[in-house]
Amino acid sequence: MPTFNLKVNNEKHTVEADADTPLLWVLRDKINLVGTKFGCGIGQCGACTVHVDGNATRSCLLKISQAEGANITTIEGLSEYGDHPVQQAWKEVDVPQCGYCQAGQIMTASAFLKTNPSPSQTEIRDAMHGNICRCAAYNSIEEAVKVASEKLS
Amino acid sequence: MAPSKKMTFSRRSFLKSSALASGGMIIGFNLFNACKPEAKLPVDLSALNYNDFNAFIKISEEGKVTIFSPNPEIGQGVKTSMPMIIAEELDVLWEDVYVVQAPLDTKNYTRQVAGGSQSIRFGWEPLRQTGATAKQMLVNAAAARWGVDASECSAKNGVITNAKGDKLGYGDVVLEAAGLEVPEDVTLKDPKDFTIIGQGKGNVDIDKIITGKPLYGLDYKEEGMLYATVLRPPAFGQILESFDDSEARALPGVVDVITIGEKVRAYNDSGKNSWTMPMSGTDKVVVIGKTTWDAMKGKKAIKAVWKTETALESSEIHDKVLLDLLEGNKFNTRRQDGNVKQAFANADKVLERVYESPFLPHNCMEPMNFFANVSPEKVRLVGPVQTPEAAAQVVADLLERDLEDVSIDMTRMGGGFGRRLYGDFVYEAAEISNAIQKPIKLVSSREDDMTMGVYRPSSKYKISASIKSGKITGYHLKEASINGNMYGLIPNFFPAGAIENYQVDTANYKSNITTGAWRAPYTNFLASAEQSFFDELAEELGVDRVQMHMDLLDNVKNNPDANIEYSPERLQGVLQLAIEKSNWGKTEVGVFQGLSVYYCHNTHVAEVADITMEDGVPSVKRVTCAVDCGIVVNPFGAMNQIKGGVLDGIGHAMYADFGFVDGVPKSNNFDSYQMIRMGQTPQVDVHFIESDIDPTGLGEPTLPPIGAAVANAIYAATGNRINKQPLINNLEPKEKVLG
Repeated sequence: MPTFNLKVNNEKHTVEADADTPLLWVLRDKINLVGTKFGCGIGQCGACTVHVDGNATRSCLLKISQAEGANITTIEGLSEYGDHPVQQAWKEVDVPQCGYCQAGQIMTASAFLKTNPSPSQTEIRDAMHGNICRCAAYNSIEEAVKVASEKLS
Repeated sequence: MAPSKKMTFSRRSFLKSSALASGGMIIGFNLFNACKPEAKLPVDLSALNYNDFNAFIKISEEGKVTIFSPNPEIGQGVKTSMPMIIAEELDVLWEDVYVVQAPLDTKNYTRQVAGGSQSIRFGWEPLRQTGATAKQMLVNAAAARWGVDASECSAKNGVITNAKGDKLGYGDVVLEAAGLEVPEDVTLKDPKDFTIIGQGKGNVDIDKIITGKPLYGLDYKEEGMLYATVLRPPAFGQILESFDDSEARALPGVVDVITIGEKVRAYNDSGKNSWTMPMSGTDKVVVIGKTTWDAMKGKKAIKAVWKTETALESSEIHDKVLLDLLEGNKFNTRRQDGNVKQAFANADKVLERVYESPFLPHNCMEPMNFFANVSPEKVRLVGPVQTPEAAAQVVADLLERDLEDVSIDMTRMGGGFGRRLYGDFVYEAAEISNAIQKPIKLVSSREDDMTMGVYRPSSKYKISASIKSGKITGYHLKEASINGNMYGLIPNFFPAGAIENYQVDTANYKSNITTGAWRAPYTNFLASAEQSFFDELAEELGVDRVQMHMDLLDNVKNNPDANIEYSPERLQGVLQLAIEKSNWGKTEVGVFQGLSVYYCHNTHVAEVADITMEDGVPSVKRVTCAVDCGIVVNPFGAMNQIKGGVLDGIGHAMYADFGFVDGVPKSNNFDSYQMIRMGQTPQVDVHFIESDIDPTGLGEPTLPPIGAAVANAIYAATGNRINKQPLINNLEPKEKVLG
């Protein structure tokens, strides 16, 4: 089985896996970072969103062979003390219901706000449209992205 | 699931207290049964006994409070709100309270499940009693130390004060308090003095959720654990004939390939099983892998041959049989007032409509999964299930083990919506681990999850009303559904009691497609049907639809009936509030409104949907939701449940299209099944009726009414009545029937 070198949350990991293994399962089963969630496996729900070189990326679609050399950030590495402005906003607004999709929502929001720190409501709704929340906490997610953008600007 | 009307508690016999070996005091209580007099509390936390006590409070010598929250958490917020009720009466600072999910004991535990929006309603009185009793014991201990009467002392925020102004913290007196008699009578707070209840408190797991800590079943791991995927028949009605696993076994990550199913079939044949289990009549091929991906890849490499055992059913067939049932005479009459037949015979006019809904999968974001480790000594199960005690019993029966050998630990659940009431994935995990005698995690892909459903059954309603001299004289509701019908008191919900001649009939068709509870079972579509019908009925009568409801509800006030548990006054209250807050009838040009008012799960709700039409497609812009749930325990959690229920309801009423072709589900993932997304969601404005009535639940009741509010708004915008869900598929008017 081939070996791959990954850089996740600023730590280096050497992982043995089939070349077609999605990054999602490498993170969860091999590196023990289970904050990144499995939802659909086909890039439709966004629960598995991580940052690859700063861009929001579906880790269920990215093969480990494509992830070598990239800077990968997961929810566990978004901030050292869980106090990234987006995490703070999620806490202030009390967004989660079941909470399962929220890591993906937070990773999508944080990558988006980096490129657009003062978005309009329409831009927020467009940016978050790819992430499904089955509990439909959408009003709160929308508000939390707004609160986070205020913290950032 | 229907609750009894009166809840009585032996005032404090459900409570016991004890000093802990590790220091501090523990109070055990049983929410639903009075404790047996011989029940003993442990002095060691590891020996918490969930047979006699299903929840515990620990107060340490530092005054910190740990509450072992009794009920499963599926996102409905009880892990936060139930401890809030205890903390309120105990009178401690919420910041000093630490909440942990109570684990399960193996021995005959008595326990509430998460379901039916009943946790808060049932828990309210005993949780308050528990907190207040503990507080009184602490006050009594302080009073004894000071040598004063307890009535001269007061307690607030974890500090007891006497008449002289001396102070003692709860922690200072816990050891003495633990040795005192449990007081017979305690005084509960006046709701106006609440300082925690009614204040928004954040989700107690928030820090773990936003930093990605392991919380859910899918996150649970043990040393040596393997991963198992299960290959099931592609169609309901098929069973396994043979399979070739040579390619799968050649994969480096595949550890083993086995079959399961025999134990479940034997259990079903024994007649013991009363639980719905999808695809339980067949053998299933299980691939055991070193990682989730290995097991998933291995499953794809299995070449299986299936054979048809029972009929392969299609949605076309269901549509036909349900419509035939509505026209037939195989009904059970569930409520009958007056004489509907006569009212219809004497009518000037009869309005009759048919309403149709599809099957729905639950689609919890966390796909079904469970950990099992079966060994000769014990059966250890860990994961997300809404009915842990039933699952433990079934596993014990299935594996022919003593119940004492079986333990279940609950994880946080990535959604439930009814799906995790059914423990089929627990039994499969147990059967797999039993076969290989190793710890395994059963994992499902989204495709597995959506195609091994216990679906919301497709249902159809035929509603007829008779009109005589401009009045509604009769109302006849017929339900045709699959594998079951509306249960409990639903036939007594509004408009029961409002119309003199009233009848509810139900009929059902037995299918081999597994069906079951889905958020607000039956009412999730019944409310859409009835409230769409009333909108049309008001138009037919030429009366204002708000006034029509007010008048109908007035009729209920004059018609006392023990089976009617909704309150006409409270329904009128929410209706008026929704009308006032939504600017009903005063919208700007291009905005159209629809109204819906409904009672279910003991909570009264009225909703107004504001929509616009964009390129012929409706877009819901705002929902005004008025709720009477009595006292609002945790406004944060309440708002989340209410808004989530409304948006979930819009999503499923508008877009959810599911069904079967020759037994095969039409969709198996989110590319072919539309879930509501942020761009399709309106802002939900929530308004509570201020109340000091005991609280009721919020997990379900805001979902059922919204489908009709949206359909009625679409009618206002387009002149088309859409009586079939998903609404988006049926926007085009049907052929006009002339005459």
